[in-house]
Amino acid sequence: MSSYLESTARERLDKLVDAGSFDEFLGPAARVTSPHLGQLNAPVSFDDGVAVGAARLDGAPIYVAAQEGSFMGGAVGEVHGAKLVGLLRRAVAQRAGAVLLLLETGGVRLHEANAGLIAVSEVMRAVLDARAAGVAVVALVGGSNGCFGGMGIVARCCNAIVMSEEGRLAMSGPEVIETASGVEEFDSRDRALVWRTTGGKHRFLLGDCQAVVADTVAAFRQAAIDAIARVRQGEIALSLAALEREHALLAERLRRFGDMRDPVEIWGALGMDDPAAIPMLEAERFISAAQTRRLGSE
Amino acid sequence: MEWKTVAASMFPLGFDIAERDDFLCGSAQLAGGPIAVVGTCGHAPIGVEIALAQAGFVLDGIRQHPGRPILILVDTQGQRLRHRDEMLGINSYMAHLGKCVDLARRHGHRTVALVYDQALSGGFITSGLMADACYALPDATIRVMGLPAMARITKVPEERLVALAATNPVFAPGPENYLRMGGIEAIWQGDLAAALEQALGQAHGDDTRSALGLARGGRKLAQPVIEAIVAGKHALAS
Repeated sequence: MSSYLESTARERLDKLVDAGSFDEFLGPAARVTSPHLGQLNAPVSFDDGVAVGAARLDGAPIYVAAQEGSFMGGAVGEVHGAKLVGLLRRAVAQRAGAVLLLLETGGVRLHEANAGLIAVSEVMRAVLDARAAGVAVVALVGGSNGCFGGMGIVARCCNAIVMSEEGRLAMSGPEVIETASGVEEFDSRDRALVWRTTGGKHRFLLGDCQAVVADTVAAFRQAAIDAIARVRQGEIALSLAALEREHALLAERLRRFGDMRDPVEIWGALGMDDPAAIPMLEAERFISAAQTRRLGSE
Repeated sequence: MEWKTVAASMFPLGFDIAERDDFLCGSAQLAGGPIAVVGTCGHAPIGVEIALAQAGFVLDGIRQHPGRPILILVDTQGQRLRHRDEMLGINSYMAHLGKCVDLARRHGHRTVALVYDQALSGGFITSGLMADACYALPDATIRVMGLPAMARITKVPEERLVALAATNPVFAPGPENYLRMGGIEAIWQGDLAAALEQALGQAHGDDTRSALGLARGGRKLAQPVIEAIVAGKHALAS
């Protein structure tokens, strides 16, 4: 069983989609590299840290992207972002059934600052354009760099998110918060606190992700197949009714948990038994306990 | 610049905009009818409450005033940097705001944004950058992160970034750089009322920013990469 967390983007793709089915667009051989990194004497990558292409998943044609966390933390620069936007627009043009995004990213690539920020905004719009065209967009989050910054927002614009317990999904990284607001605000070296706050179990209990799986590529593959099937049975595009439901859930979350200081208090308030022991629960037992107690999702 | 100064100049027919804890909402009169106004002031840090408040105003507008155009007034120092916001899932609140603006557009509300003071990062991509088109005043600053923080994270010396920010559009915080890269449609000078009317007249739902960035020379690779992938190609056309 290969660990999703420890695999590279290409190893994940290799095992996640049907064997031999990945057809990459603008792959490393095309050598489309960042036009901005050179002036900072930073290394470039021939794929700019993301592989995008067509593939099959359980026999069905899909489009898929995988971010490589080992190159600049998977951060989004001009080319990287354009590859994601191009993939999502191709999915619309080809009337694809689904796009799968294997996200591992710190968000905007600061080395490309302004260009990176606009690129993330374009990805966000492209995800919502795809949904409006009836293309299901599903995000997988389980890499060691987590999914942060603007891409943490993009993930929550998708139809569904699948996470591992080890996966992390948030906005500002703990180091950024500690630097800006002090160690007493968020101690980034307190690994347990970081995982309680950003990890898959907390996100599942809050309704921010729709599935938590064990840290194997095979588990992510099955969860991706299931998530796409589930999303395609429902309403793929945004609707006023769905956003009003989401609004009510987010307001309820703020009302019930806004005065709490630690995720463990939230888990207790949700009715989870022995909340302090939740970080130690293995995925299956956690899900059976959490399934009926988690906040409703979008 | 103060939002009231901007509003007074932009809405000579009058406006009724409330300010509460850096959150702005209300409406104003244009020759063709009312426009909804939503946004922030005071370089607001965008936390879960103010993201939700803006989203709620946009949703109510879709329900109660179908088709009414929306102006988003942007002044933010970016997302609030607190453990509590992360614990509550601030990315979900910000995504919700972005989705509400997106839905408004798809329901026929023309949406225009104006950076009248400062725009940063996450507070910007879920508000101003979600509009049909985003504009800026000449003195506005737009950036991803302050240079000291950027230096810490990128490990590029701050002096090097300061030098780059003076000459390089990717690092410099001025609106003209965002204009060149296609992130800003135009910089408003002079008659703000006329500029708003013109922006509403031109508003459309397509994201053309990468094409603008190419045409204006500020982002030369994004559009060719997008086009190659939409065509399913394995190499860039040379």
